[in-house]
Amino acid sequence: MVKPMGKTLAEKVWDQHVVRPGSGAEPDLLYIDLHLVHEVTSPQAFDGLRLSNRRVRRPDLTIATEDHNVPTIGIELPIADPVSKTQVDTLRKNCAEFGIRLYPMGDVEQGIVHVVGPQLGLTQPGMTVVCGDSHTSTHGAFGALAFGIGTSEVEHVLATQTLPLRPFRTMAITVDGELRPGVTAKDVILAVIAKIGTNGGQGHVLEYRGRAIEQLSMEARMTICNMSIEAGARAGMIAPDDTTFAYLKGRPHAPTGADWDDAVAAWRELRTDDDARFDAEVHIDASTLTPFVTWGTNPGQGLPLSERVPDPADIPDENERHSAEKALSYMDLTPGTPLRDIHVDTVFLGSCTNGRIEDLRAAAEVLRGHQVADGVRMLVVPGSMRVREVAESEGLHQVFLEAGAEWRAAGCSMCLGMNPDQLRPGERSASTSNRNFEGRQGKGGRTHLVSPLVAAATAVRGTLSSPEDLS
Amino acid sequence: MEPFTTHTGVGVPLRRSNVDTDQIIPAVYLKRVSRSGFEDGLFSAWRSDPHFVLNLEPFRAGSVLVAGPDFGTGSSREHAVWALSNYGFRVVISARFADIFRGNAGKQGLLAAQCEQADIELLWKLLETEPGTEVTVDLRDKTVRAKDFTAPFHIDDYTRWRLLEGLDDIALTLRHEDAIGAFEGGRQRWKPTTTSTLRS
Repeated sequence: MVKPMGKTLAEKVWDQHVVRPGSGAEPDLLYIDLHLVHEVTSPQAFDGLRLSNRRVRRPDLTIATEDHNVPTIGIELPIADPVSKTQVDTLRKNCAEFGIRLYPMGDVEQGIVHVVGPQLGLTQPGMTVVCGDSHTSTHGAFGALAFGIGTSEVEHVLATQTLPLRPFRTMAITVDGELRPGVTAKDVILAVIAKIGTNGGQGHVLEYRGRAIEQLSMEARMTICNMSIEAGARAGMIAPDDTTFAYLKGRPHAPTGADWDDAVAAWRELRTDDDARFDAEVHIDASTLTPFVTWGTNPGQGLPLSERVPDPADIPDENERHSAEKALSYMDLTPGTPLRDIHVDTVFLGSCTNGRIEDLRAAAEVLRGHQVADGVRMLVVPGSMRVREVAESEGLHQVFLEAGAEWRAAGCSMCLGMNPDQLRPGERSASTSNRNFEGRQGKGGRTHLVSPLVAAATAVRGTLSSPEDLS
Repeated sequence: MEPFTTHTGVGVPLRRSNVDTDQIIPAVYLKRVSRSGFEDGLFSAWRSDPHFVLNLEPFRAGSVLVAGPDFGTGSSREHAVWALSNYGFRVVISARFADIFRGNAGKQGLLAAQCEQADIELLWKLLETEPGTEVTVDLRDKTVRAKDFTAPFHIDDYTRWRLLEGLDDIALTLRHEDAIGAFEGGRQRWKPTTTSTLRS
């Protein structure tokens, strides 16, 4: 008799949420445990509900915050941009009308939606989590199946608390060995994307595993899962373990007492069975990794900081060669230039990728006793007001301010330049965010994606640098 | 959603791969609270170049976009689909679509037709040598035709059926409300709710 094959982590979570299996071409109907809402991708969804006379099925599984549009200075004043203000006001009206809890500007729990969910303990292992934002993959760090959706799907989840979906394929990304000192989660994920490409994960859930992943903190795991979408994947996941449980315990929405024990027992089952098969597998040796930065205009165009700007003529694939030529032209870079010689105007420390307290601590440690280079502006934007509060209690804001950086309030900020925090045309940034697309941080702006450590060292030297360049 | 069976319109060659959703519509254009008017932001950076294909006659009035591989990567913004639709596009043809973009397109009646890259190269040549050539995209037999050019395209059966029938996903799901209720009855009691009192 053939033994039934084991299941991957992603398949286990999926199977636990099937409300109704599909047949033939029809997709499964999947239950959603947590729906995160923000001001940009929700107004048309609420409008749709009103037009069809529908209600929100589970306001108690829905949470909203203001993040994409919000200014990060003068937050006590009305939002200056009238269109941004309308969008934020619309969210407030919609949440009031449909009974959804909202953390607005000024609330200590306000911040980037993917920082807020985990820090409140709302993101837990084995859950399905969605949001009208592609970086929802962040929550997979807890062993949740978490993915971004469009506005039509936002409306669908509001109305039904479910989504019709076809099962995702699975891909194991095994990172064995030990990371060297100074090499961070950001370097790992940039290296993964450079290896498998911006479409390498298409249709897949990536499961990050192996010794180097197990040794990461929860916040570092969130950085990795966050950028799964940059490899084209639907989601990224990491099996929950004692690190996960220790992070969750005592958080405002975490289970307590006997519920906690029951929950942990169930969470411990959430790992890929030994006899499970992935649809694809990738191996990376952590000990070979070094600080990694991008040189081009998609997140797959990255290299170790010690390398030089590549020559498109060396790229065999025609499409990739054209893409590299266009990228170098946009980035105004010459093949052969050492990456360490690239000057920046702006350093951005923040975003749902690297705006958590550990990121701020790591950058502050590098900056302590140094000054931001002349002609460079550094923006430090905590991922949430809670992160800002903790940082201030540790005196980190003083380190940033004394070094000459700007200490801001929470929001998405320069990651996508929807608020006033933007690059000017031709300006170049070292940014701890997740996308280096043309114009992403402001029309004509040029972005190099980096870790918080590289960001801080770059701020001091004015050229792409790692902390070891400062000694 | 209006049913989609077949569409004929001017084909627009967009010789670019990795057209991400920030290129399709930059974040500064996402501030509207309606579903209309997003055509202003479509390819906004590229449209400031007078030689960009959509600034040239007869492509300006195009409705079938023929793009390089990995179209629609990046952000989940459905505004990218609205911007294309608001401009007048009914079909995007590419060898590979990003997952979320493909899903969003299917919800909004924009046909994301997946063709072989070799066929797209042929179509590009045809559209560039004979600008203004009309392209017919027939969802019933999953075929792209233009002059002598014919090629099959791929789309998943469920999305095809929904597009052909013009069906609304939410109404389809609400037929299973009992199953949703039954599922909710079996959820673990320790799963979090957002409205409970916060402990600090």
